[in-house]
Amino acid sequence: MQFFDQRPKMGSLETERKTTGWAARDPSGILSPYTYSLRNTGPEDVFIKVICCGICHTDIHQAKNDLGMSNYPMVPGHEVVGEVVEVGSDVAKFAAGEIVGVGLLVGCCRNCRPCDTDREQYCAKKIYSYNDVYTDGNPTRGGFAGSMVVDQKFVVKIPDGMAPEQVAPLLCAGITVYSPLNHFGLTASGLSGGVLGLGGVGHMGVKIAKAMGHHVTVISSSDKKKVEALEHLGADEYLVSSNVEGMQKAVESLDYIIDTVPVFHPLEPYLSLLRHDGKLILMGVINTPLQFLTPTVLLGRKEITGSFIGSMKETEEMLAFCKEKDLKSMIEVVKMDYINTAMARVAKNDVRYRFVVDVAGSKIDQ
Amino acid sequence: MGSLETERTTTGWAARDPSGFLSPYTYALRNTGPEDVFIKVTCCGICHTDIHQTKNDLGMSNYPMVPGHEVVGEVVEVGSDVTKFRVGEVVGVGCVVGCCRGCRPCHTDNEQYCLKKIWSYNDVYTDGKPTQGGFAGSMVVDQKFVVKIPDGMNPEQAAPLLCAGVTVYSPLRHFGLMGSGLRGGVLGLGGVGHMGVQIAKAMGHHVTVISSSDKKKVEALEHLGADEYLVSSDTEGMQKAAESLDYIIDTVPVFHPLEPYIALLKLDGKLILTGVINTPLQFVSPMIMLGRKSITGSFIGSMKETEEMLNFCKEKNLSSMIEVVKMDYINTAMERLEKNDVRYRFVVDVAGSKLDL
Repeated sequence: MQFFDQRPKMGSLETERKTTGWAARDPSGILSPYTYSLRNTGPEDVFIKVICCGICHTDIHQAKNDLGMSNYPMVPGHEVVGEVVEVGSDVAKFAAGEIVGVGLLVGCCRNCRPCDTDREQYCAKKIYSYNDVYTDGNPTRGGFAGSMVVDQKFVVKIPDGMAPEQVAPLLCAGITVYSPLNHFGLTASGLSGGVLGLGGVGHMGVKIAKAMGHHVTVISSSDKKKVEALEHLGADEYLVSSNVEGMQKAVESLDYIIDTVPVFHPLEPYLSLLRHDGKLILMGVINTPLQFLTPTVLLGRKEITGSFIGSMKETEEMLAFCKEKDLKSMIEVVKMDYINTAMARVAKNDVRYRFVVDVAGSKIDQ
Repeated sequence: MGSLETERTTTGWAARDPSGFLSPYTYALRNTGPEDVFIKVTCCGICHTDIHQTKNDLGMSNYPMVPGHEVVGEVVEVGSDVTKFRVGEVVGVGCVVGCCRGCRPCHTDNEQYCLKKIWSYNDVYTDGKPTQGGFAGSMVVDQKFVVKIPDGMNPEQAAPLLCAGVTVYSPLRHFGLMGSGLRGGVLGLGGVGHMGVQIAKAMGHHVTVISSSDKKKVEALEHLGADEYLVSSDTEGMQKAAESLDYIIDTVPVFHPLEPYIALLKLDGKLILTGVINTPLQFVSPMIMLGRKSITGSFIGSMKETEEMLNFCKEKNLSSMIEVVKMDYINTAMERLEKNDVRYRFVVDVAGSKLDL
């Protein structure tokens, strides 16, 4: 049980400011307006007026308590782009009026090996931007809201000239792909990459890999997305996993596969597509055990690994990279009152390829 | 032309069928080609894979099969294009005797991953003849796959290094896990496991041996020099060790759960599998993702790594723990090995068994 201290604090005789967000109240996951307090801007804090926020599949899992750890009311949203309204006294990196982004995390311990080595996304005490508890004891709330107050470490400047709606999906889907490619030394031009699954992260995978100069093969269980993959997203090849001949020809051809499939699936067919030293990079949180045979992995020194978002440092690099390459996500912009319909459509994979909620245009703080 | 002279032959101990039972078998060796090295075998280690092969566990065995891929011998003759070796030198041969020389693995000193590699036994050589291994009087091997044994190393000591040793050394080197001060785990304490402890200790690592029972605790700590010993069913011990290891060398040759061991790895830690297991192993993706851990595997090493490893073991004065036997003991030895009844590698004194008389 969490008891949130509601007593007035020192220097808070002024009315605490509030914001309105769209919150889930229970595991139905239906969001509706909810007004709550935001902390005052501390010395390290940045007070942000939200412009837009992308919808990630994880928002649905969280809103519906699929992971068994949800606390309500919950305001989701972790692909947030906004405008700086006010900065704390120790904030030098940002100024009022700047466009900034916030992703999945808003806190870390600052004192463990991951934190000390720019891998704070792996800190055992990291604080999630929503459905978590902040250092002040209050619940954290996400970006489907008028405003947020975030520690400067977890705020990133959006490069000038990037459209906010375009940038939002980069703060989760984009960095989720960029970080492992960067970490595992897979950014050089000329590599052969595979992308398994074509949802929000998958589409980002194709775009970022193409921007790095990779030959990209999209692998899917059906023919349905072939035209989209090849013509809209720019993939070089499209492989249907049940096509025995095609899969045979592609054996030992890929340096890596970004596996975004969110449910149980066999790994052997994809491991066999990897060259020696190739990496299968898992992105899906799947609670059913996945399987593989050791000879497949041994006889090619292949790696099965996984990754979780990226560090703030990588997020900055990734944004600069996407700006330089003029990378555009494929998005559908909606208003806040469409959010429940949008989430239902995401659950059915009925979106090309990310919803972004025009929060500012929905005028929720009025 | 020039083959009017009798082809030379040698005698090895071969399996004739999937019983895996070995008995003497005489066969022809090719003449020493320009790149070849003709070797009189001094000794040869017994590896668990020899048992799998002789018993057709992998479904690809051809008979008669002379196993043995941890071979140490003396150079008798070298081909005209061989400059690296001289008559009388002590050399070693491992699991591979041929590769295509034209693929990316071959060009990057990763020839053990060449898709056309030729195994030192139970394979077919470029001349169409079956390859036969080191439980034999002699072998003829292409110079690329022969390695010099550093002066002063005892041949019986060196033999297990040519498979078990390089199987451990290669992934530690490849994955950048050689630095002093790392924390390593070794799961399973057979031939490869014992080598894992010794090599990791020689690299300056803190070594935890993980086992399913208490039985090998004294051996691990006192004979092999491990720093800690963890029983996988000891919940409290396993809990305390969570997120503490940079890598685990997993030598278990049968199905086993992976999650208890993945939990022991630090951020970016690697579980390095070395066992050929035909039942699928399992894991849940969050365990891998939330710490960017890897499940990987490795298979022997390149000739370059084998040379480095031998020099490393010489420098660190590392010895394997072996039991030397004569060739006529080999069937008994293989039965004992199957029951893990050896500390920790059998080495057959081939020269002392006088096979080619």
